[in-house]
Amino acid sequence: MPGHISRDDVAHVARLARLQIDDAELDLFTEQLGSILDHAADVESLELDDVPPTSHPYPLQNVVRADEVRPCLDRDEVLAQAPSAEAGMFRVPPVLGEAP
Amino acid sequence: MNDIDRSRTAAGIAAAVASGERSARQVLDDHLARIDEREGEIHAFNHLLADEARARADQLDARIAAGEDVGPLAGVPIALKDNLCTRGIPTTCSSKILDGWLPPYDATVVGRLHDAGAVVVGKTNLDEFAMGSSTENSAFGPTRNPLDTTRVPGGSSGGSAAAVAAGFAPIALGSDTGGSIRQPAALCGVVGAKPTFGRISRSGLIAFASSLDQIGPFAATVEDAALLMEAIAGHDPLDATSIPEPFPDLRAGLGRGVEGLRVGLVEELQGGEGGFQPEVLARTREAADALAAAGAKVDVVSVPASTLGLSAYYLIAPAEASSNLARFDGVRFGLREERATTGETYDATRTAGFGAEVKRRIMLGTYALSSGYYDAYYGKAQRVRTMIIRDFEAAYERFDVLLSPTSPCVAFPLGDKTADPLTMYLNDVCTIPSSLAGHPAMSVPFGTGADDLPVGVQVMAPALGEELMFQVAAALEAAAPAGAAR
Repeated sequence: MPGHISRDDVAHVARLARLQIDDAELDLFTEQLGSILDHAADVESLELDDVPPTSHPYPLQNVVRADEVRPCLDRDEVLAQAPSAEAGMFRVPPVLGEAP
Repeated sequence: MNDIDRSRTAAGIAAAVASGERSARQVLDDHLARIDEREGEIHAFNHLLADEARARADQLDARIAAGEDVGPLAGVPIALKDNLCTRGIPTTCSSKILDGWLPPYDATVVGRLHDAGAVVVGKTNLDEFAMGSSTENSAFGPTRNPLDTTRVPGGSSGGSAAAVAAGFAPIALGSDTGGSIRQPAALCGVVGAKPTFGRISRSGLIAFASSLDQIGPFAATVEDAALLMEAIAGHDPLDATSIPEPFPDLRAGLGRGVEGLRVGLVEELQGGEGGFQPEVLARTREAADALAAAGAKVDVVSVPASTLGLSAYYLIAPAEASSNLARFDGVRFGLREERATTGETYDATRTAGFGAEVKRRIMLGTYALSSGYYDAYYGKAQRVRTMIIRDFEAAYERFDVLLSPTSPCVAFPLGDKTADPLTMYLNDVCTIPSSLAGHPAMSVPFGTGADDLPVGVQVMAPALGEELMFQVAAALEAAAPAGAAR
């Protein structure tokens, strides 16, 4: 059973979520997330192996349509809303050479 | 008693405009005058669309003059929550991360409103990405409750609720993930309804938690809420979760009364955690008594797992949000904080663009889904969701609809609950169970509580039970004591 969320856990989760948080935020979020997870102890402590999980209120089925060409969003209109675009594509800073 | 002047309701306006008795432009100008007068203190809107609305109203008047039927919402002004995409018109989710973005398409509901003859007057304020219960988590500042501007309007659809309560528009659309239509409706003294999951297309609703998000109406009357829901409901091939069942004629059932209907007062939602105010509980019991006096069979019913709803919701919704909000990375839309590499740009953009509550929920959701914790948190919450559905099924074998308060308390002062997220979350304790089950539920004003502020009573129904739900809501509206002073 997991216990209180630690400061290191919060720092790790922030990295996974691609958020930068400073030391003061780290303290605050550790306390606040801890209190929310404490409240969730009523759920966490239940023995529910015989209850199936529900991921969605209705059984989902794949929805398919005929494989026919039809109009879609206008490329130029979409790219006009991007922070940067070039030659019909989204433009981003270098990807290669980053630290892992 | 329903003391709303019919000439100010959507139904009354649509009839008068369609018959040529009033022009759409005249109706719009009346509403714009009220907006001019009070919007400065209330801040219901992120974007007011006065010029677009005038052009649209003039166009509708020309079509009506030419003998055309422009639809069931002819000339009716409507406010839209600012997480519904409107082509070429800013859609921000009250977040800095989408500031300045212009959607390249309309949400399906926006297209349907257009086809029904409605006039969009503006995009309303919300808690950032619909995460909150007070509309204080907006990057553009809070909305204030028109009934008492020192208080919150509720949230997250607080701008839409306030717009209807202030008479800025007779109807509005909001979205409801765990109560974000029903709770602000209760706090602002208006009607707010959420449909069965899948009834109303979500194409163009910017996603928060995809297994829970639903669009629904705000209105001053039950009839107007029904009129608006009918105009936007029904299958949409653009939403893979849209259900095929035809939508009922809700308005036909509004006058049927409640004779013989079985109404269950949910035992677990009459106190306990959440800080239930005694006046709120008293109004809820009086609402049940009023239905009994009108011929319903009223009894107390237990839905045991509903007490676990809050904990399950605050694991499931953040988990889904952490995934949905991964798309905001500074590449395709909105804000970019440019750095040397793409990875650094993602981090800087998300850090600068999201507010504290959104970050909190993304981190909570990421944690609940992360290796080593998934089974204990997200997995358990999904099993609790099954328990809640089963308990509701058992209750609905014996009852046609269920009743509870909508919110444990009346509108609270701005700043009262911002320091502790959990205190804010407790506002949703009554609305969350039907959200997790995917059931329809709505809030109807029923008298006042502390400080003469409005109390909302929640009517819940099983899946596809909108018709009975509205029928009971209409009976409650007819029996309700006079509302809060406007």
